[in-house]
Amino acid sequence: MQHFFNFIVKYQYFLLFLLLETFAFSLTIYNNSYHKSVFINSTNQIAGGVLKHLNNFESYIDLKLNNQLLLKENTELKNKLEFLKTQKATVLDSSYLPFDQKYKYLSATVIRNEFTKLNNYLTIDKGTLDSVKIDLGVINEKGIIGVVNNTSKKYATVISILNQKSKINVKLKKTDYFGSLVWDGQHYNILQLIDLPRQALIHVGDTVVTGGQSTIFPLGIPVGRIQYIKTNNNYYTKIDIKLFNDMSAIGHVYLIINKDSNEIKTLENTDNIEHH
Amino acid sequence: MSLFGYAQPMIYILFILIYPITNNRFVFLILSFLLGLSIDFFSNSGGINAAASLFIAYLRLPILKMISGRTEFDPVLFNIKSMVFSRQVSYLFILILIHHYIIFQLTYFKFSALQSVFTFTLFSSVFTFILLLFLSSLFINKKR
Repeated sequence: MQHFFNFIVKYQYFLLFLLLETFAFSLTIYNNSYHKSVFINSTNQIAGGVLKHLNNFESYIDLKLNNQLLLKENTELKNKLEFLKTQKATVLDSSYLPFDQKYKYLSATVIRNEFTKLNNYLTIDKGTLDSVKIDLGVINEKGIIGVVNNTSKKYATVISILNQKSKINVKLKKTDYFGSLVWDGQHYNILQLIDLPRQALIHVGDTVVTGGQSTIFPLGIPVGRIQYIKTNNNYYTKIDIKLFNDMSAIGHVYLIINKDSNEIKTLENTDNIEHH
Repeated sequence: MSLFGYAQPMIYILFILIYPITNNRFVFLILSFLLGLSIDFFSNSGGINAAASLFIAYLRLPILKMISGRTEFDPVLFNIKSMVFSRQVSYLFILILIHHYIIFQLTYFKFSALQSVFTFTLFSSVFTFILLLFLSSLFINKKR
Protein backbone atom coordinates (compact mmCIF):
# COMPACT_ATOMS: atom_id res chain seq x y z
CA MET A 1 0.00 0.00 0.00
CA GLN A 2 2.86 2.34 0.86
CA HIS A 3 4.36 1.71 -2.58
CA PHE A 4 1.07 2.50 -4.20
CA PHE A 5 0.82 5.89 -2.50
CA ASN A 6 4.44 6.62 -3.34
CA PHE A 7 3.65 5.83 -6.96
CA ILE A 8 0.67 8.18 -6.98
CA VAL A 9 2.59 11.02 -5.36
CA LYS A 10 5.55 10.56 -7.73
CA TYR A 11 3.49 10.54 -10.89
CA GLN A 12 0.60 12.78 -9.77
CA TYR A 13 1.21 15.30 -12.57
CA PHE A 14 1.18 12.62 -15.24
CA LEU A 15 -1.85 10.92 -13.69
CA LEU A 16 -3.81 14.20 -13.70
CA PHE A 17 -2.92 14.60 -17.37
CA LEU A 18 -3.99 11.03 -18.11
CA LEU A 19 -7.28 11.45 -16.27
CA LEU A 20 -8.26 14.67 -18.06
CA GLU A 21 -7.11 13.34 -21.45
CA THR A 22 -9.19 10.19 -21.01
CA PHE A 23 -12.19 12.36 -20.20
CA ALA A 24 -11.65 14.50 -23.31
CA PHE A 25 -11.26 11.44 -25.53
CA SER A 26 -14.38 9.76 -24.20
CA LEU A 27 -16.33 12.96 -24.90
CA THR A 28 -14.96 12.92 -28.45
CA ILE A 29 -15.84 9.26 -29.01
CA TYR A 30 -19.25 9.79 -27.50
CA ASN A 31 -19.81 12.77 -29.77
CA ASN A 32 -18.79 10.79 -32.84
CA SER A 33 -21.40 8.14 -32.32
CA TYR A 34 -24.41 9.68 -34.05
CA HIS A 35 -27.17 11.05 -31.79
CA LYS A 36 -25.19 10.70 -28.61
CA SER A 37 -23.55 14.10 -28.24
CA VAL A 38 -25.17 14.73 -24.93
CA PHE A 39 -23.96 17.23 -22.44
CA ILE A 40 -21.21 19.29 -24.06
CA ASN A 41 -23.08 20.99 -26.85
CA SER A 42 -24.61 24.32 -27.70
CA THR A 43 -28.22 23.36 -26.88
CA ASN A 44 -27.64 24.04 -23.20
CA GLN A 45 -29.05 27.18 -21.59
CA ILE A 46 -25.77 29.08 -21.25
CA ALA A 47 -24.33 28.60 -24.72
CA GLY A 48 -27.77 28.77 -26.30
CA GLY A 49 -28.59 31.99 -24.48
CA VAL A 50 -25.32 33.68 -25.44
CA LEU A 51 -25.74 32.67 -29.07
CA LYS A 52 -29.31 33.93 -29.12
CA HIS A 53 -28.32 37.38 -27.87
CA LEU A 54 -25.57 37.62 -30.47
CA ASN A 55 -28.07 36.61 -33.13
CA ASN A 56 -30.61 39.20 -32.00
CA PHE A 57 -28.04 41.87 -32.72
CA GLU A 58 -27.02 40.45 -36.08
CA SER A 59 -30.60 39.98 -37.24
CA TYR A 60 -31.20 43.75 -37.05
CA ILE A 61 -28.50 44.26 -39.65
CA ASP A 62 -30.00 41.66 -41.98
CA LEU A 63 -33.59 42.76 -41.42
CA LYS A 64 -34.10 44.39 -44.80
CA LEU A 65 -32.68 41.47 -46.78
CA ASN A 66 -34.68 38.93 -44.77
CA ASN A 67 -37.88 40.87 -45.32
CA GLN A 68 -37.30 40.82 -49.04
CA LEU A 69 -36.73 37.06 -48.99
CA LEU A 70 -39.88 36.42 -46.97
CA LEU A 71 -41.87 38.71 -49.24
CA LYS A 72 -40.63 36.82 -52.27
CA GLU A 73 -41.56 33.49 -50.72
CA ASN A 74 -44.99 34.80 -49.74
CA THR A 75 -45.64 35.86 -53.31
CA GLU A 76 -44.66 32.46 -54.60
CA LEU A 77 -46.91 30.69 -52.10
CA LYS A 78 -49.83 32.99 -52.91
CA ASN A 79 -49.41 32.23 -56.59
CA LYS A 80 -49.43 28.51 -55.84
CA LEU A 81 -52.52 28.92 -53.71
CA GLU A 82 -54.35 30.71 -56.49
CA PHE A 83 -53.33 27.99 -58.88
CA LEU A 84 -54.64 25.32 -56.51
CA LYS A 85 -57.94 27.17 -56.14
CA THR A 86 -58.52 26.81 -59.87
CA GLN A 87 -57.72 23.10 -59.62
CA LYS A 88 -59.86 22.51 -56.54
CA ALA A 89 -63.21 22.57 -58.25
CA THR A 90 -62.42 19.74 -60.64
CA VAL A 91 -60.68 17.59 -58.02
CA LEU A 92 -63.47 17.94 -55.47
CA ASP A 93 -66.12 17.08 -58.01
CA SER A 94 -64.56 13.82 -59.13
CA SER A 95 -63.65 12.33 -55.76
CA TYR A 96 -64.53 14.11 -52.57
CA LEU A 97 -61.92 13.01 -50.02
CA PRO A 98 -60.96 14.74 -46.78
CA PHE A 99 -57.56 16.19 -47.43
CA ASP A 100 -55.08 14.51 -45.11
CA GLN A 101 -52.00 16.60 -44.62
CA LYS A 102 -48.88 14.43 -44.24
CA TYR A 103 -46.24 17.06 -43.54
CA LYS A 104 -46.36 19.94 -41.11
CA TYR A 105 -43.90 22.83 -41.04
CA LEU A 106 -42.46 24.72 -38.07
CA SER A 107 -40.46 27.90 -38.44
CA ALA A 108 -37.27 28.64 -36.52
CA THR A 109 -34.39 31.11 -36.53
CA VAL A 110 -30.77 30.01 -36.81
CA ILE A 111 -28.83 31.53 -33.93
CA ARG A 112 -25.53 29.98 -34.92
CA ASN A 113 -24.39 28.81 -38.32
CA GLU A 114 -21.08 27.05 -38.95
CA PHE A 115 -19.72 26.36 -42.42
CA THR A 116 -15.93 26.54 -42.18
CA LYS A 117 -15.25 23.36 -40.25
CA LEU A 118 -15.27 19.73 -41.28
CA ASN A 119 -18.20 18.89 -39.03
CA ASN A 120 -20.60 21.80 -39.00
CA TYR A 121 -23.65 22.28 -36.83
CA LEU A 122 -26.38 24.89 -36.64
CA THR A 123 -28.16 25.94 -33.49
CA ILE A 124 -31.81 27.01 -33.76
CA ASP A 125 -34.05 28.81 -31.27
CA LYS A 126 -36.79 26.15 -31.02
CA GLY A 127 -36.70 23.10 -28.76
CA THR A 128 -38.85 20.33 -27.32
CA LEU A 129 -41.32 22.93 -25.97
CA ASP A 130 -42.12 23.82 -29.58
CA SER A 131 -42.40 20.08 -30.41
CA VAL A 132 -38.99 19.90 -32.09
CA LYS A 133 -37.73 16.32 -32.08
CA ILE A 134 -34.58 14.50 -33.10
CA ASP A 135 -34.45 13.55 -36.81
CA LEU A 136 -36.62 16.36 -38.15
CA GLY A 137 -35.53 17.67 -41.54
CA VAL A 138 -34.50 21.33 -41.78
CA ILE A 139 -34.93 23.36 -44.98
CA ASN A 140 -35.32 26.96 -46.09
CA GLU A 141 -36.93 28.51 -49.13
CA LYS A 142 -33.95 27.61 -51.34
CA GLY A 143 -33.30 24.00 -50.31
CA ILE A 144 -32.17 21.54 -47.69
CA ILE A 145 -29.98 22.48 -44.72
CA GLY A 146 -29.70 19.51 -42.34
CA VAL A 147 -31.27 17.21 -39.77
CA VAL A 148 -31.99 17.89 -36.07
CA ASN A 149 -29.64 15.82 -33.91
CA ASN A 150 -30.08 17.19 -30.42
CA THR A 151 -32.74 19.07 -28.51
CA SER A 152 -33.15 20.87 -25.22
CA LYS A 153 -36.23 22.69 -23.95
CA LYS A 154 -35.70 25.88 -25.92
CA TYR A 155 -32.95 25.09 -28.41
CA ALA A 156 -31.90 22.41 -30.85
CA THR A 157 -28.76 21.62 -32.83
CA VAL A 158 -28.88 20.62 -36.46
CA ILE A 159 -26.32 18.49 -38.27
CA SER A 160 -25.59 20.62 -41.31
CA ILE A 161 -25.29 18.92 -44.69
CA LEU A 162 -21.72 20.27 -44.39
CA ASN A 163 -20.81 17.49 -41.96
CA GLN A 164 -18.97 14.19 -42.35
CA LYS A 165 -21.82 12.45 -40.54
CA SER A 166 -24.45 13.74 -42.92
CA LYS A 167 -25.64 11.44 -45.71
CA ILE A 168 -28.89 12.38 -47.39
CA ASN A 169 -30.96 10.40 -49.86
CA VAL A 170 -31.33 12.36 -53.12
CA LYS A 171 -32.45 11.70 -56.67
CA LEU A 172 -32.19 13.27 -60.09
CA LYS A 173 -35.20 15.42 -60.86
CA LYS A 174 -35.59 14.03 -64.38
CA THR A 175 -35.10 10.32 -63.73
CA ASP A 176 -35.71 8.02 -60.78
CA TYR A 177 -32.08 7.15 -60.02
CA PHE A 178 -31.23 7.58 -56.37
CA GLY A 179 -27.93 8.49 -54.72
CA SER A 180 -26.54 9.96 -51.52
CA LEU A 181 -25.46 13.50 -50.82
CA VAL A 182 -22.20 13.82 -48.82
CA TRP A 183 -19.56 16.50 -48.27
CA ASP A 184 -15.80 16.25 -48.77
CA GLY A 185 -15.09 19.22 -46.48
CA GLN A 186 -13.68 21.61 -49.07
CA HIS A 187 -16.12 24.23 -50.40
CA TYR A 188 -19.22 25.12 -48.43
CA ASN A 189 -21.44 25.42 -51.48
CA ILE A 190 -20.25 22.30 -53.33
CA LEU A 191 -21.30 18.83 -52.18
CA GLN A 192 -20.79 15.37 -53.68
CA LEU A 193 -23.25 12.85 -55.04
CA ILE A 194 -22.25 9.22 -54.41
CA ASP A 195 -23.76 5.74 -54.78
CA LEU A 196 -25.38 6.69 -58.10
CA PRO A 197 -25.89 3.59 -60.29
CA ARG A 198 -23.59 3.56 -63.35
CA GLN A 199 -26.48 3.28 -65.79
CA ALA A 200 -27.89 6.64 -64.67
CA LEU A 201 -27.28 9.18 -67.41
CA ILE A 202 -26.35 12.58 -66.01
CA HIS A 203 -25.24 15.88 -67.46
CA VAL A 204 -23.74 19.04 -66.06
CA GLY A 205 -26.64 21.30 -65.08
CA ASP A 206 -29.06 18.53 -64.08
CA THR A 207 -31.13 19.34 -61.02
CA VAL A 208 -30.86 17.18 -57.89
CA VAL A 209 -33.75 16.97 -55.39
CA THR A 210 -34.39 14.99 -52.20
CA GLY A 211 -35.39 11.39 -52.81
CA GLY A 212 -38.12 10.97 -50.21
CA GLN A 213 -36.97 7.45 -49.35
CA SER A 214 -36.44 8.33 -45.71
CA THR A 215 -39.02 9.68 -43.29
CA ILE A 216 -37.00 12.87 -42.82
CA PHE A 217 -37.40 14.80 -46.08
CA PRO A 218 -40.39 14.64 -48.40
CA LEU A 219 -39.77 14.03 -52.10
CA GLY A 220 -38.62 16.84 -54.33
CA ILE A 221 -37.08 19.49 -52.08
CA PRO A 222 -34.47 21.27 -54.23
CA VAL A 223 -30.82 20.56 -53.48
CA GLY A 224 -28.65 21.87 -56.32
CA ARG A 225 -27.29 21.44 -59.82
CA ILE A 226 -24.60 19.07 -61.06
CA GLN A 227 -21.50 21.13 -61.68
CA TYR A 228 -18.76 18.64 -62.47
CA ILE A 229 -18.65 14.95 -63.46
CA LYS A 230 -15.60 12.68 -63.48
CA THR A 231 -15.87 9.16 -64.85
CA ASN A 232 -13.57 6.14 -64.98
CA ASN A 233 -14.55 3.00 -66.96
CA ASN A 234 -18.17 4.17 -67.09
CA TYR A 235 -18.23 4.49 -63.31
CA TYR A 236 -18.82 7.86 -61.76
CA THR A 237 -15.82 8.62 -59.57
CA LYS A 238 -16.78 12.17 -58.62
CA ILE A 239 -19.96 14.19 -59.05
CA ASP A 240 -19.96 17.74 -57.67
CA ILE A 241 -23.22 19.48 -56.89
CA LYS A 242 -23.51 23.23 -56.57
CA LEU A 243 -26.14 24.02 -53.93
CA PHE A 244 -29.02 26.38 -54.59
CA ASN A 245 -28.60 27.47 -50.99
CA ASP A 246 -25.84 29.71 -49.74
CA MET A 247 -24.80 27.80 -46.62
CA SER A 248 -22.90 30.82 -45.29
CA ALA A 249 -26.05 32.96 -45.06
CA ILE A 250 -28.93 31.17 -43.36
CA GLY A 251 -31.45 33.07 -41.25
CA HIS A 252 -34.95 31.63 -41.10
CA VAL A 253 -35.55 27.92 -41.57
CA TYR A 254 -38.44 25.48 -41.62
CA LEU A 255 -38.58 22.16 -39.80
CA ILE A 256 -40.52 19.34 -41.42
CA ILE A 257 -42.65 17.13 -39.21
CA ASN A 258 -43.70 13.91 -40.90
CA LYS A 259 -46.93 12.86 -39.22
CA ASP A 260 -46.60 9.31 -40.50
CA SER A 261 -42.96 8.81 -39.47
CA ASN A 262 -43.79 6.73 -36.38
CA GLU A 263 -46.23 4.61 -38.32
CA ILE A 264 -43.69 3.96 -41.09
CA LYS A 265 -40.93 3.13 -38.63
CA THR A 266 -43.09 0.72 -36.66
CA LEU A 267 -44.17 -0.97 -39.86
CA GLU A 268 -40.57 -1.34 -41.03
CA ASN A 269 -39.52 -2.80 -37.69
CA THR A 270 -42.29 -5.41 -37.61
CA ASP A 271 -41.37 -6.41 -41.16
CA ASN A 272 -37.79 -6.99 -40.09
CA ILE A 273 -38.81 -9.11 -37.13
CA GLU A 274 -41.01 -11.34 -39.25
CA HIS A 275 -38.33 -11.96 -41.83
CA HIS A 276 -35.54 -12.92 -39.44
CA MET B 1 -12.66 31.91 -40.15
CA SER B 2 -11.40 29.95 -43.10
CA LEU B 3 -8.88 30.80 -45.80
CA PHE B 4 -8.43 29.03 -49.16
CA GLY B 5 -10.74 26.26 -47.91
CA TYR B 6 -8.01 24.63 -45.84
CA ALA B 7 -6.70 27.06 -43.26
CA GLN B 8 -8.62 27.30 -39.99
CA PRO B 9 -6.56 29.25 -37.48
CA MET B 10 -7.06 28.58 -33.79
CA ILE B 11 -5.67 31.51 -31.87
CA TYR B 12 -6.98 30.56 -28.44
CA ILE B 13 -3.90 28.39 -27.83
CA LEU B 14 -1.87 31.58 -27.37
CA PHE B 15 -2.86 31.28 -23.70
CA ILE B 16 -1.15 27.90 -23.41
CA LEU B 17 1.95 29.07 -25.24
CA ILE B 18 2.63 32.21 -23.20
CA TYR B 19 1.38 31.09 -19.76
CA PRO B 20 4.28 31.71 -17.32
CA ILE B 21 6.14 28.49 -16.61
CA THR B 22 6.86 29.63 -13.06
CA ASN B 23 3.20 29.26 -12.03
CA ASN B 24 1.69 26.09 -10.61
CA ARG B 25 1.79 23.39 -13.28
CA PHE B 26 -1.30 21.58 -11.97
CA VAL B 27 -3.36 24.75 -12.26
CA PHE B 28 -1.93 25.29 -15.75
CA LEU B 29 -2.93 21.78 -16.84
CA ILE B 30 -6.49 22.20 -15.56
CA LEU B 31 -6.84 25.71 -17.04
CA SER B 32 -5.69 24.49 -20.47
CA PHE B 33 -8.19 21.65 -20.29
CA LEU B 34 -11.04 24.00 -19.34
CA LEU B 35 -10.06 26.45 -22.09
CA GLY B 36 -10.31 23.69 -24.70
CA LEU B 37 -13.55 22.40 -23.20
CA SER B 38 -15.13 25.85 -23.35
CA ILE B 39 -14.31 26.00 -27.07
CA ASP B 40 -15.96 22.57 -27.52
CA PHE B 41 -18.90 23.84 -25.50
CA PHE B 42 -19.79 26.29 -28.28
CA SER B 43 -18.79 24.32 -31.34
CA ASN B 44 -20.32 20.86 -30.72
CA SER B 45 -17.00 19.11 -31.20
CA GLY B 46 -17.12 16.71 -28.25
CA GLY B 47 -13.80 16.97 -26.41
CA ILE B 48 -11.52 17.58 -29.38
CA ASN B 49 -10.20 21.00 -28.38
CA ALA B 50 -9.89 19.93 -24.74
CA ALA B 51 -7.81 16.88 -25.70
CA ALA B 52 -5.49 18.85 -27.98
CA SER B 53 -5.03 21.77 -25.59
CA LEU B 54 -4.29 19.47 -22.66
CA PHE B 55 -1.80 17.52 -24.73
CA ILE B 56 0.30 20.54 -25.71
CA ALA B 57 0.05 21.92 -22.20
CA TYR B 58 1.61 18.68 -20.96
CA LEU B 59 4.25 18.61 -23.70
CA ARG B 60 5.18 22.27 -23.34
CA LEU B 61 7.94 21.89 -20.76
CA PRO B 62 9.69 18.88 -22.37
CA ILE B 63 9.67 20.66 -25.74
CA LEU B 64 10.96 23.86 -24.19
CA LYS B 65 13.79 21.86 -22.64
CA MET B 66 14.56 20.22 -25.96
CA ILE B 67 14.61 23.50 -27.90
CA SER B 68 16.61 25.51 -25.40
CA GLY B 69 19.13 22.64 -25.29
CA ARG B 70 19.14 22.51 -21.52
CA THR B 71 18.19 19.53 -19.41
CA GLU B 72 17.44 21.66 -16.39
CA PHE B 73 16.67 25.32 -16.04
CA ASP B 74 15.82 27.50 -13.17
CA PRO B 75 12.07 28.10 -13.59
CA VAL B 76 12.30 31.39 -11.73
CA LEU B 77 14.99 32.91 -13.92
CA PHE B 78 13.98 31.27 -17.18
CA ASN B 79 11.75 33.25 -19.49
CA ILE B 80 10.33 32.48 -22.94
CA LYS B 81 10.88 36.11 -23.94
CA SER B 82 14.58 35.80 -23.23
CA MET B 83 15.06 33.00 -25.77
CA VAL B 84 16.69 33.61 -29.16
CA PHE B 85 14.11 34.48 -31.83
CA SER B 86 14.74 31.30 -33.88
CA ARG B 87 14.12 29.19 -30.77
CA GLN B 88 10.93 31.11 -29.97
CA VAL B 89 9.75 30.45 -33.52
CA SER B 90 10.43 26.71 -33.36
CA TYR B 91 8.80 26.51 -29.92
CA LEU B 92 5.65 28.16 -31.27
CA PHE B 93 5.53 26.19 -34.49
CA ILE B 94 6.13 22.72 -33.04
CA LEU B 95 3.38 23.12 -30.44
CA ILE B 96 0.94 24.61 -32.98
CA LEU B 97 1.65 21.72 -35.35
CA ILE B 98 1.03 19.05 -32.67
CA HIS B 99 -2.15 20.80 -31.51
CA HIS B 100 -3.59 21.16 -35.02
CA TYR B 101 -2.69 17.60 -35.98
CA ILE B 102 -4.64 16.22 -32.98
CA ILE B 103 -7.59 18.50 -33.78
CA PHE B 104 -7.88 17.41 -37.41
CA GLN B 105 -7.13 13.75 -36.75
CA LEU B 106 -9.89 13.63 -34.15
CA THR B 107 -12.24 15.62 -36.37
CA TYR B 108 -11.90 13.13 -39.23
CA PHE B 109 -11.81 10.29 -36.68
CA LYS B 110 -10.30 7.76 -39.09
CA PHE B 111 -6.81 7.02 -40.33
CA SER B 112 -7.83 6.65 -43.98
CA ALA B 113 -8.07 10.42 -44.37
CA LEU B 114 -4.39 11.08 -43.64
CA GLN B 115 -3.85 13.24 -46.72
CA SER B 116 -6.66 15.63 -45.84
CA VAL B 117 -5.57 15.68 -42.20
CA PHE B 118 -2.02 16.65 -43.17
CA THR B 119 -3.16 19.32 -45.63
CA PHE B 120 -5.48 20.91 -43.10
CA THR B 121 -2.85 20.67 -40.37
CA LEU B 122 -0.11 22.29 -42.43
CA PHE B 123 -2.16 25.15 -43.89
CA SER B 124 -3.89 25.97 -40.62
CA SER B 125 -0.66 25.79 -38.62
CA VAL B 126 1.04 28.32 -40.88
CA PHE B 127 -1.96 30.62 -40.61
CA THR B 128 -2.24 30.30 -36.83
CA PHE B 129 1.49 30.81 -36.53
CA ILE B 130 1.43 34.09 -38.46
CA LEU B 131 -1.54 35.37 -36.44
CA LEU B 132 0.08 34.35 -33.15
CA LEU B 133 3.32 36.12 -34.04
CA PHE B 134 1.40 39.38 -34.37
CA LEU B 135 -0.73 38.74 -31.30
CA SER B 136 2.18 37.71 -29.10
CA SER B 137 4.02 40.87 -30.01
CA LEU B 138 1.03 42.74 -28.62
CA PHE B 139 0.65 40.75 -25.44
CA ILE B 140 4.19 39.91 -24.43
CA ASN B 141 5.78 42.81 -22.64
CA LYS B 142 9.26 43.35 -24.07
CA LYS B 143 10.36 45.63 -21.25
CA ARG B 144 12.52 44.03 -18.64
